[in-house]
Amino acid sequence: MKIMRPLSAVGIVASAALVLAACGSDPAASNSSSSNSAAAPAATGTADVACGGKSPLSAEGSSAQKNAIDIFTQQYSKKCSGQQVNYNPSGSGAGVKQFNANQIDFGGSDSPATGADLDGATKRCASPAWNIPMVVGPVAVAYKLSGVDKLTLTPSVIAKIFSGTVTKWNDPAIKAVKGNESANLPDKAIQVVSRADESGTTDNFQKYLGAAAKADWTKGAGKKFNGGVGNGAQGSNGVATAVKAADGAITYVEGAFAKDGLTPALIDSGSGGVELTSENVAKSLDSAKFLKDGTNDLALDLNGIYASNTPGAYPLLLTTYEIVCSKYANADVSKAVKAFLTVAATDGQQPLSAKGYVPIPQSLQTKVLAAVKAIS
Amino acid sequence: MSESSSTRTPTGDPGGRSSSATTPPEGPISEQPASPAAPEPSASEKPKKARPGDRIFQNLTTGAGIFVVALIGLIGLFLLIQAIPALRADNVNFLTNHGWSTNDPANMSFGILDLLEVTVATSLVALVIAMPVSLGIALFLTQYAPKKLARSFAYVIDLLAAVPSIIFGLWGILVFAPAIEPFSQWINDTFSWFPLLAPGNVAPSVRGTIFTAGIVLAVMILPIITSLSREVFERTPTPHLEGALALGATRWEVIRTTVLPFGKAGYIGASMLGLGRALGETIALAVILLIPQGRNFDWSLFDGGSTFASKIAANYSEFNNEISAGAYIAAGLVLFVLTFLVNFAARSVIGKKGD
Repeated sequence: MKIMRPLSAVGIVASAALVLAACGSDPAASNSSSSNSAAAPAATGTADVACGGKSPLSAEGSSAQKNAIDIFTQQYSKKCSGQQVNYNPSGSGAGVKQFNANQIDFGGSDSPATGADLDGATKRCASPAWNIPMVVGPVAVAYKLSGVDKLTLTPSVIAKIFSGTVTKWNDPAIKAVKGNESANLPDKAIQVVSRADESGTTDNFQKYLGAAAKADWTKGAGKKFNGGVGNGAQGSNGVATAVKAADGAITYVEGAFAKDGLTPALIDSGSGGVELTSENVAKSLDSAKFLKDGTNDLALDLNGIYASNTPGAYPLLLTTYEIVCSKYANADVSKAVKAFLTVAATDGQQPLSAKGYVPIPQSLQTKVLAAVKAIS
Repeated sequence: MSESSSTRTPTGDPGGRSSSATTPPEGPISEQPASPAAPEPSASEKPKKARPGDRIFQNLTTGAGIFVVALIGLIGLFLLIQAIPALRADNVNFLTNHGWSTNDPANMSFGILDLLEVTVATSLVALVIAMPVSLGIALFLTQYAPKKLARSFAYVIDLLAAVPSIIFGLWGILVFAPAIEPFSQWINDTFSWFPLLAPGNVAPSVRGTIFTAGIVLAVMILPIITSLSREVFERTPTPHLEGALALGATRWEVIRTTVLPFGKAGYIGASMLGLGRALGETIALAVILLIPQGRNFDWSLFDGGSTFASKIAANYSEFNNEISAGAYIAAGLVLFVLTFLVNFAARSVIGKKGD
């Protein structure tokens, strides 16, 4: 017994070292990849940043944009040396709540603050509060089915699969989609895998189905999967693992996870199958409208994107917003917020593709930068 | 091993004596056995001239004791206060309903029956596997293994307890589940007539099941049960062992007639502690178990589902309003009560057998 005390301390140190080593690999990976991703027709360039102001900035909210904020923070610290941002991924609801309670400098949210939330934000700021879209992530409808390496699905078929109406891979509804004529679809049960935890991905996926396939998706939206079919797994990684484990499985998952055995399906919104690529997602955003056109509140009209059939545009995506005051009571805070968001919208965007996000297209970047500039 | 335990007993006593060398030699010896039972007549005079050191130490220990009881009480109170508004807003019976729908705070219907059943099922599978294995390990370490080997062995097993549960979870779903898939499939196919082994509600998957989760959980509670049982078995009185040996008992008979009866209460208590950990295990189960959508637990080991703790862990990051969060806290309250009952049962078992 006596000999065990020092030895177990050694064990703790050893496991702590392992954990630290695992954490350490993360920033390195994102650094190395920042140079090679010049594919997207998007936000590049470095802007003039007026560094300074409060450090560290405190922010909180959506966990979906945690990785993106990490990248932004890295770039921000590089650009404005010594400046820091603390981001707590406590969930979108908490982000809005804390922002409105004047606890944090800006909030992060999977969906724009509207209605009572926006009223609360306006009250806190004593000036209009704005939603600034900063991170865009595509959602893949990914499957694993041996012998089928290319599959096109329409929103209506996706809705039928995820609500349990279409249960076999060789269902005529799937066969009938243009592009699947030559696919060798087996007589196999479709295993639907969904997120067991509440998530913005599920919410956006269900909103998409509600907008793009009104007639076939009647289960509504929300952070919990309402399809009532298949199995749930924990987190994006868990979902991907579950699909990899089962031939004939299908799921919806962030684009970054649709690899290594998972194939993202092409989505045909009426103008032919569209592949999930940065370009195609950016094309969707190019034609995006804003809920409040002409203002600096850049909340996107996602339903418009979801329901559109622009050729070559990949519609199934989610955006996360930073919720900011148009006028901060403290000039120090506004200076730092402006500097951080400027870096995020410029230098911060390109490295995002390594993490499975899509850099915002030029058209949107211009508007975002104009809005950031208008913060005072 | 008779020599290992005989060396142990004498080493215990001089240690006690030397540490309290300033007091009369009768003090420590009479105090050790006497404190749980009736105090000796001579001890009753001592409190009158209590020294400040005594008083301070007594107050400190009393304070520590009260602190932990108050802490538990406050946790219970917190859970209760947070849970009541949600329970009021529940449209269905909280205790007998299977579904869990808390998205809309104005229209919530949630029940814990499914969570309770899955929690109990995973823990029982774990216990059924871990109890005999731990018993074997503990007996091997105390009765059969050479002393040096036993020491390093015990260390390795204790190290198992230091592995974080997320590691167990990831190992379970990424390495272990695929590895035993053929075996699980075979059991599932061959014994499907037996309700406990019928095809589960996450079929055709046999990976993210209570079966897999139970085995992983068994590995997790193994070190707790083993090290506590080992401690107890080690304390089997040497005269008992020597007496049995002197009567010509074989090693197995020695274990059966002295070690096991002596250590039974401790072993059961250790198992109950292990069960307590199994009931409360969170992230490993959240990672391993698949969660069927729209189908309930059906008493098959090849079902999936959520336990109390894994359900809360999976959803805590999206607790956006207090009423919905209260539903999860109400579930936590049930787990709290369940764990309390298990520990209470364990204590009463130990108390009875220990006399």
